[in-house]
Amino acid sequence: MNRPPSMIRRIIGYVFAVVFIIAGWWITALLVNSPALPTPAATVGVLAQNAPTLVPYFWTSAYRVIVSLVIGTALAVPIAHVFARSRTLDALFAPVLYLLYPIPKVVLLPILLVLLGLADAPKIALISLTVFFQVLVAVRDSVKIVPESAVLSIRSLGGSRWDEYRHVVIPATMPAVFTSLRIGVGTAIAVLFIAEAMAGSTGLGYFIMQSWSMVNYPRMFAGIIALALLGVVLYAIFDIIERRLTRWRS
Amino acid sequence: MDEHSINDILFEDVNLTYDGDDGSLVAVHDLSFEVAAGESVAFIGPSGCGKSTTLHMVAGLLKPSEGRVLVGGVPVDQPRRGTAFIPQDLGLFPWKTVLQNAALGLTIRKVPESEARTRATEALEKVGLSGFERAYPKELSGGMRQRLALARALAMDADILLMDEPLSAIDALLRESLQDTLLDLWLERRHTQMLVTHSIGEAVYLGRRILVFSERPGTVVAVIDNPDVGMAGYRASAEFSAKCQEVRIALANGSSVETQGGDPTDSGAEVVR
Ligand SMILES: Nc1ncnc2c1ncn2[C@@H]1O[C@H](COP(=O)(O)OP(=O)(O)OP(=O)(O)O)[C@@H](O)[C@H]1O
Ligand SMILES: [Mg+2]
Repeated sequence: MNRPPSMIRRIIGYVFAVVFIIAGWWITALLVNSPALPTPAATVGVLAQNAPTLVPYFWTSAYRVIVSLVIGTALAVPIAHVFARSRTLDALFAPVLYLLYPIPKVVLLPILLVLLGLADAPKIALISLTVFFQVLVAVRDSVKIVPESAVLSIRSLGGSRWDEYRHVVIPATMPAVFTSLRIGVGTAIAVLFIAEAMAGSTGLGYFIMQSWSMVNYPRMFAGIIALALLGVVLYAIFDIIERRLTRWRS
Repeated sequence: MDEHSINDILFEDVNLTYDGDDGSLVAVHDLSFEVAAGESVAFIGPSGCGKSTTLHMVAGLLKPSEGRVLVGGVPVDQPRRGTAFIPQDLGLFPWKTVLQNAALGLTIRKVPESEARTRATEALEKVGLSGFERAYPKELSGGMRQRLALARALAMDADILLMDEPLSAIDALLRESLQDTLLDLWLERRHTQMLVTHSIGEAVYLGRRILVFSERPGTVVAVIDNPDVGMAGYRASAEFSAKCQEVRIALANGSSVETQGGDPTDSGAEVVR
């Protein structure tokens, strides 16, 4: 029906956005006129030149964020469901959550570095923690809006607890998981950057800061682009999954 | 064996008390009535008097605190295969397509997928929803959603159909046409039917008997026989108006609530407040 036109409109929208961003970047680069901010044209060369050194750093960072997103989500979802199921537990932990949620978890980095060393562990722990709270809060709220009459339908059909989860609770709450992940990607990448910049000698955060201290600005900029790309790709993936899961809403 | 048919319903001195955080609440009290196999009974009463509670007990979602609820002579202690229940708000699944919604009863009962699909498709055809199989409930109008809930019940080929204010969200004109659908289905299938409604006209149009509830704690204060149900042109007849008036008076006596709406022939627009 109206799918092709809306699809074309979306593509045009993206093309326009890309043109807009590149133009803005270009103008800014010309105005700033500094090796720290190359023009888009120069960046292509810079990226090509630095790609061989960059790639292993990129994968290290990608690995860390992805593992953290998985761990944070895997812990948060069941706990959120338990909270939502049990009024007592929820009453008990709601204040705890209220106090812990707004704390920027990144301030715990030094402690984690002391406890877990300088390799992957403290970074993954820190990002997982950040993701954990975001997903926990979103899913806990979404369980509360599970349609009661749908649950009644399942029960009146003699459905099991598992049926209730499969047909009602999971489809009603999955979108919240991916919405919170999509929104959380930015924070997760930011935390990753800080953690890698502060400790260890791996990952894009380290790569960028090392280039900076070597005064190798093109290399530094290549790292920045790679980190941005990581964020955009993850964001797009979660956005696509979220859209698929919420087709029934539009 | 005993004299019960497999799909009759019997309430014996039923009490139901909800235990909440702030004390307990008696929802229905001393409730005794019978719905014969193949009979259609309408339940009407003031808001909060325990009509949904009563249906939930028949559906096996709640157990009476005292007394017994029997279906086919057997106490209901879990949902029964042959009972289809349409909850208040319909209980549709917004994330499932029309076809998946219609097939849900069968899916849960582990009917093989292809058979479930066929039966759901047939049920959708019966309620006039063919062609919408792949739509989502949100894309349907209120009346179509109501039809979908009905299709789900039909697909299960139930011998007891429980409906909790199924047409309350639908405007008056469409309501009459859906009432006709419900009536035709009942006349054709002769399942045992319990219909909860706030509308006097709907109770009289669809209930072979009308049970009037008191205010909470709910109990039956009047039983009104309505043998003309299904008669051609019933809605426009003098008997219909007289019956509406009788129900209105019973409601007023039973619960000292005010009823609104003057014209007794106005089927379905007037609502118990
Ligand atoms: N799960 C529950 N826990 C505690 N109280 C409940 C519960 N469900 C219903 N009640 C209370 O029991 C009483 C009867 O409720 P019920 O839903 O059966 O009434 P109803 O006749 O269906 O009302 P309505 O016409 O508004 O749908 C109400 O006072 C209601 O607040
Ligand atoms: Mg009710």
